[in-house]
Amino acid sequence: MIKNISNLGDAALYCDFGKEVNKETNTQVIKYFKTIKKKNILGVNNITPSYNKLIISFDLKEINFNKLKRIIDNIEITKSDNIQNKKFEIPVCCEKEFSLDIKRLEEILNLKKEKIYENFFEKEFFCYMTGFIAGMPFLGDLEKNLRAKRLDTPRVKVPKGAIGLTEQFANIYTFESPGGWNIIGNTPLNIFDNSKEKEPNLINPGDLVIFKRITKEKYQNYHE
Amino acid sequence: MNKNYFEIIRAGINSTFQDLGRNHLYHIGIPFSGAMDNRNYLLANKLTGNNHNHPVIEFAYQGPHLKYHGSPINIAITGDVSFEIKKGDNLIDGKCYQSFILENNDELDIISTNKSVYGYLAISATFDLKFQWSSCSTNTKANIGSNNGKKLSNNQKINIKEINQNFMNTKLNYVNTKIENIRVIKGTNFNYFSEEGKEIFFKNEFKVSKLSDRMGMRLEGKKIENIVETNIRSEGLIKGVIQVTADGFPIIMLSDHGTIGGYPKIGVVISADYDKLVQLTPGSKVKFQEVDLNSAETLFKLYDLETQSLISQI
Repeated sequence: MIKNISNLGDAALYCDFGKEVNKETNTQVIKYFKTIKKKNILGVNNITPSYNKLIISFDLKEINFNKLKRIIDNIEITKSDNIQNKKFEIPVCCEKEFSLDIKRLEEILNLKKEKIYENFFEKEFFCYMTGFIAGMPFLGDLEKNLRAKRLDTPRVKVPKGAIGLTEQFANIYTFESPGGWNIIGNTPLNIFDNSKEKEPNLINPGDLVIFKRITKEKYQNYHE
Repeated sequence: MNKNYFEIIRAGINSTFQDLGRNHLYHIGIPFSGAMDNRNYLLANKLTGNNHNHPVIEFAYQGPHLKYHGSPINIAITGDVSFEIKKGDNLIDGKCYQSFILENNDELDIISTNKSVYGYLAISATFDLKFQWSSCSTNTKANIGSNNGKKLSNNQKINIKEINQNFMNTKLNYVNTKIENIRVIKGTNFNYFSEEGKEIFFKNEFKVSKLSDRMGMRLEGKKIENIVETNIRSEGLIKGVIQVTADGFPIIMLSDHGTIGGYPKIGVVISADYDKLVQLTPGSKVKFQEVDLNSAETLFKLYDLETQSLISQI
């Protein structure tokens, strides 16, 4: 449930679902997101779900904070608004050239790299949100012994397909971008396809993801 | 097919196709984009007889130098811009907010914006563009939008699909004013900052940094001390949000901003001030001034009425 609604500037609602970041809270956020989206409220421009927040931005010419808050306050989530989870397997190659921060992680986590991979692969992750850059999924939760801070100085360029870890989350860089997450491998799979207008994202909030380790040979031949 | 086109002699620094932007895509990580200065964008289209969501060329600092090939068209430039039109041996000094006619082999040289960042070129014709999610707006960081999501480049051609046959002689008396006080509503993490930090934010002057683009505007000044946590759980952003990064400096989200961010939000620029905010050049000095939600809504109404009144004068 939404704990509190406040204004973010003069053209957005800031819906707070509480401090906790877990699947239950996030599932509530996603349910609200889907319900509000279906309502096509006049003036609403964008609805952005995240771990425990939902931000609804609107066109001030069409509606204002108080009017929209009244509508959102009265929204009811019914049982039929349950989320349909899709399941994906993401192939990842961890050869030296792709696992840019594995040495750093070995030191920080005090774990050998094979142990890091063992704790990462074949586990089910939940997609909390997508964004920052187009299609980037924020996946959780990592095993407790894999949680590390982001890099002190972010990389100017993280390669497309890079798999990054930070704190309790993993993500996938959908295209080359700056970024500060610890990179452990790379996927040949296209996660965001901007030629598709309908569903450019492979992974959406609420979906489940399992990472599968692949060899360099398989990686190179992936698109053949 | 395309007998009407522009040849790009010089592309300019950051010339892109823009329109009103795209909605309903933040949740997959695609920002709003669109023309940075909405008012000047709308005026450019009205001056050339277009509807309000017609693609234009937005340029920053140095604009493009174009040679036109084809049947006559009208053009108009808005903003605070120096430009020239070459008709054979004749050199015409361009004036903003006024329509001009371009004929075959005429050249349009958009030399620079003056004391501002963005300017707009609209034509009484339709560029031949591929749209993405119903918008031409180009986001060069994500390669989304027309021109393969890239800015214009030298020696490229811009094809024209259709020319409006209605020639017009339009003119508007309008002078852009520069903003010094940016009005903001307190952000959702305002209390993350020390009393001294809050005072610095509202009383001290900040300087616009060179590290500013369509994604964001960085500001330099006295450090704003965070007494709670320099990172928050990543959450949605909107344009105008002012985040304070771990180094203590504010950064304002602009039209191509990342859709999610993890720095505390000290404030949000009010909608009425956005068009003027984006026009601040690096080195400009600004101050933040607090307003409440009611005043912000009223100020936006006034700003919108003023824009509508300018449009109706054309």
